[in-house]
Amino acid sequence: MAKFKNIEEKIFIALMRLSTGIIVFALLLIVFSIIYKGLPSLSWEMLTQTPKGGFYFGKEGGILNAIIGSLYLSAGATLVAFVIGFPVALFMNVYLIKYKRFVQMVRFFLDLLWGVPSIVYGAFGFTLMIFFGMKTSLLAGIVTVSLFIIPIMVRAMDEVIKTVPIGLLEASYSLGATRSEAAYKIVLRQCFPGIITAILLSFGRAIGDAAAVLFTTGYTDHIPTSLGQPSATLPLSIFFQLGSPIAEVQNRAYASAVVLTIIILIISILSRYFSKRYEKHRINF
Amino acid sequence: MQKVKIDVRNLNLTIGKQQILKDVNVQIPDKKITVILGPSGCGKTTLLKSLNRLIDLYPEMKVTGSIMLDDIDILHTKEDITEIRKKMGLLSQRPYPLPMNIYKNITFGLRISGRRKKRNLMKRVEHYLKQANLWDELKDRLKDPASCLSIGQQQRLCLARGLAVDPEIILADEPTSALDPISSTAIEEKFLELKDYYTIVVVTHSLQQARRIADHVIFMYLGEVVEQGPAKEFFENPIEERTKAYLKGLFS
Repeated sequence: MAKFKNIEEKIFIALMRLSTGIIVFALLLIVFSIIYKGLPSLSWEMLTQTPKGGFYFGKEGGILNAIIGSLYLSAGATLVAFVIGFPVALFMNVYLIKYKRFVQMVRFFLDLLWGVPSIVYGAFGFTLMIFFGMKTSLLAGIVTVSLFIIPIMVRAMDEVIKTVPIGLLEASYSLGATRSEAAYKIVLRQCFPGIITAILLSFGRAIGDAAAVLFTTGYTDHIPTSLGQPSATLPLSIFFQLGSPIAEVQNRAYASAVVLTIIILIISILSRYFSKRYEKHRINF
Repeated sequence: MQKVKIDVRNLNLTIGKQQILKDVNVQIPDKKITVILGPSGCGKTTLLKSLNRLIDLYPEMKVTGSIMLDDIDILHTKEDITEIRKKMGLLSQRPYPLPMNIYKNITFGLRISGRRKKRNLMKRVEHYLKQANLWDELKDRLKDPASCLSIGQQQRLCLARGLAVDPEIILADEPTSALDPISSTAIEEKFLELKDYYTIVVVTHSLQQARRIADHVIFMYLGEVVEQGPAKEFFENPIEERTKAYLKGLFS
């Protein structure tokens, strides 16, 4: 019997190793193939210039329009989503703590919204734009993308905030804290690293999404100077360049993908750094 | 009998369909240690949490009856509940330090009630850390996060933090159950020192602890108050059969 259990244990360990290996291998393969194809085309010119005439035929120019456009768009959308989503997550877990069933229902709907494909948000944003008589613009993109990432932001924060033990709330109330003081002074501090992670996750989704911005933000070779102008974005830039029959342009698509990956990497390193500073105050219950 | 600080009348409490407290009537004397004693799951903690209305946090709870604190019925008062809660310091089963440094942990309650003068705050921190016998250990570490303290230190920090907001009452829910024997003794001795200034209510399932610190005992069993009275009479001449059985250790 004991022998059988040993074999069982070994089989499961082997399986877990195998699946971990597959995931790590897939990740390395993606990163490697992007870098392999993209790096040779990646130049300083590409990072610092907007497309010149003939850029999409392999002539000079760069993707600065898409880099800046993507940063504007995702920063804007993440900010809007945070301003709306963070109070929702606190409200669910501090003010509504007594109404478990209602909160469960809210979670269920947020999960449904999380599951809706981004193209559907894109189409919805498009109808909104028509209704308000707007043209494709950075603003329309920010609104659409923030709608798309709010459920992600709220649920990611909610998962962290709900791990705060009720005893910590009891302790703050016993010291005379109101509910908003408990939420913004205690729960926020306790969950700070997790909240940063939630913001990062949402930002990553925002900057990486092509479908929601396709109809709403449009595409242009210029760097937008106001919210009312359309804007290029990195995913669409990749999409358009990859669709070209010219090999050099296709390689630039991979170079754009490298840029996108590096932006996400920089942002996660920065957020790690900032959340570390608060990590030491977190109480491990 | 001495002055009554908290007077609980006909308190019934249900969670969903389960009745947790059945017609509880108890009087908690002023500036004494009252011990709520009883086996696990008898409603002791729920009774304690009713006293400062922390039961507001729990779903599907229905409460009837009244809890008079001095002259206010805290279950039905229109007064601000945070003001009432501030009169009662809470020490829970395991310490819940706030996610900030030691100094801020103690001054949190003061700062949110608008007392922000640096010099006064520092004086109070020193005073209350001394009260909790922590000053010598921590005076050079005030900027360290509270999370790095040992559990026994954390519990004493919670006591200091609770005392710093000038409560009239200390509610303690099995405050020593997660602590080592030395820290437990420190907390018990602290209660004995503090009882001249505060009304202290301690929930415990330890008969020995009750014997050591109680002035007044409330014995609960399955949501009912079986017997209550001054500690001496309770331990020497219990009236109820169930109390006698419990004191003999026939069940626990």
